[in-house]
Amino acid sequence: MIMKIGVLALQGDFAEHISMLKRLGVDTAEVRLPKHLDGLDGLIIPGGESTTIGKLAVAYELLEPLKQFGREHAIWGTCAGAIFLSKDVSRDQPLLGLMDIKVQRNAFGRQVDSFETDLEIDELMRVTGTEHLYHAVFIRAPLIESVHGDAKILSALDDGRIVAAQEGHLLATSFHPELTNDTRFHEYFISLAS
Amino acid sequence: METKTGTWIEKKGLAQMLKGGVIMDVVNAEQAKIAEEAGACAVMALERVPADIRADGGVARMSDPDMILKIIDAVSIPVMAKCRIGHFVEAQILEAIGVDYIDESEVLTPADEEHHILKHNFKVPFVCGCRNIGEALRRIGEGAAMIRTKGEAGTGDVVEAVRHARTVIGAIRQLQTMGDEELMTFAKNNGAPYELVVEVKQTGRMPVVNFAAGGVATPADAALMMQLGVDGVFVGSGIFKSGDPARRAAAIVKAVTHYQDASILAEVSKNLGEAMVGRNVSQMPEGEKMAGRGW
Repeated sequence: MIMKIGVLALQGDFAEHISMLKRLGVDTAEVRLPKHLDGLDGLIIPGGESTTIGKLAVAYELLEPLKQFGREHAIWGTCAGAIFLSKDVSRDQPLLGLMDIKVQRNAFGRQVDSFETDLEIDELMRVTGTEHLYHAVFIRAPLIESVHGDAKILSALDDGRIVAAQEGHLLATSFHPELTNDTRFHEYFISLAS
Repeated sequence: METKTGTWIEKKGLAQMLKGGVIMDVVNAEQAKIAEEAGACAVMALERVPADIRADGGVARMSDPDMILKIIDAVSIPVMAKCRIGHFVEAQILEAIGVDYIDESEVLTPADEEHHILKHNFKVPFVCGCRNIGEALRRIGEGAAMIRTKGEAGTGDVVEAVRHARTVIGAIRQLQTMGDEELMTFAKNNGAPYELVVEVKQTGRMPVVNFAAGGVATPADAALMMQLGVDGVFVGSGIFKSGDPARRAAAIVKAVTHYQDASILAEVSKNLGEAMVGRNVSQMPEGEKMAGRGW
């Protein structure tokens, strides 16, 4: 049976994630209401505005179903999605609190400070059997300030600041693999979902 | 490791993060907070909403940087601000104070009646208005990383927004059916850069994110624009010129997410109070229309 991955489609660049998944031959679904989670093997929470996504998730009673889904299935949050997955963002906004990580929003400054850079991500290279660096796109990006409990660091900048973390089948990245042509992160997530 | 800022991917990418969202006009920090609370994905900071610019007359310019900075401090979502068409110094000022996106906007009085800003010269991204595919691709050629169909700002009449969205999206469909040898003539007839015409034919979509603007006043208007095929909506006067801005703003946000679900659209359309009064565009003298500004 072909794997089916949903993408939370409340707001943000969900279409970019869906086209990446389609390139990898996976079935996809847009998730806007709790019933759309039925039959999914994993879920991606895209980039966008985390306050918008959080408010719409509350309004359409998605918080509890998403938490329940995340206890059993893989979820990956990119940028706003990483914020939404975390336990603590030092401000009052709706969160899933599934990952034991502390996140700082807009940690690098404003849009003119948004940047692209190359990352060395050992686990990604190992799983995908590749050797070249991962080119990452950060947009008004959050930073993972600290990881706790079972959460572990997947990647950090040269100065040690954390930009990707994993806790079992849950994945958080500050950057946007869906805006590149490099499918390795999506392949890595599919390996977590299967 | 090498780090690069202000790249085309960064500029285009922020607009991609705004997709499926509502960008709201706000004139002070208090309105900006109401917009954020309602679920806006960004706010547009300006001194007067288009309906007031129309009513007041006179020259409409970039807003006071101090007022924009107060809005930047008040919210965590991206803040956009408008400069006049061709006024690259206003744009330099907006970049210097840290706005996240600049709207080179026909709503303000143009500073140059022949040229737009060369937007590739900036690190901050730009959004520009268009009425058709030629205008859209010329703006992208100059470096706009996001496009919005113009509609007719400050009217609360969605008819021009529909006309412009249909014109742009219709042209994309038309390109799909054309032979490669027809593209240069298409580029000539539409005043569009040839390379971008070729790209649109190959990909079947605009090279950058495309929002609707100018006349959206209700959740149904917003969902109409989404069903026509835009990526998100700007709402200017439609929110803070209505009877219950917080409620209407939240309803329009929900309508953009659930634009294909008529039962949700019915629910969010209930009891919103008075919509903005509005002006019928078909009875408006040509000289009062803003959409014709842009070259």
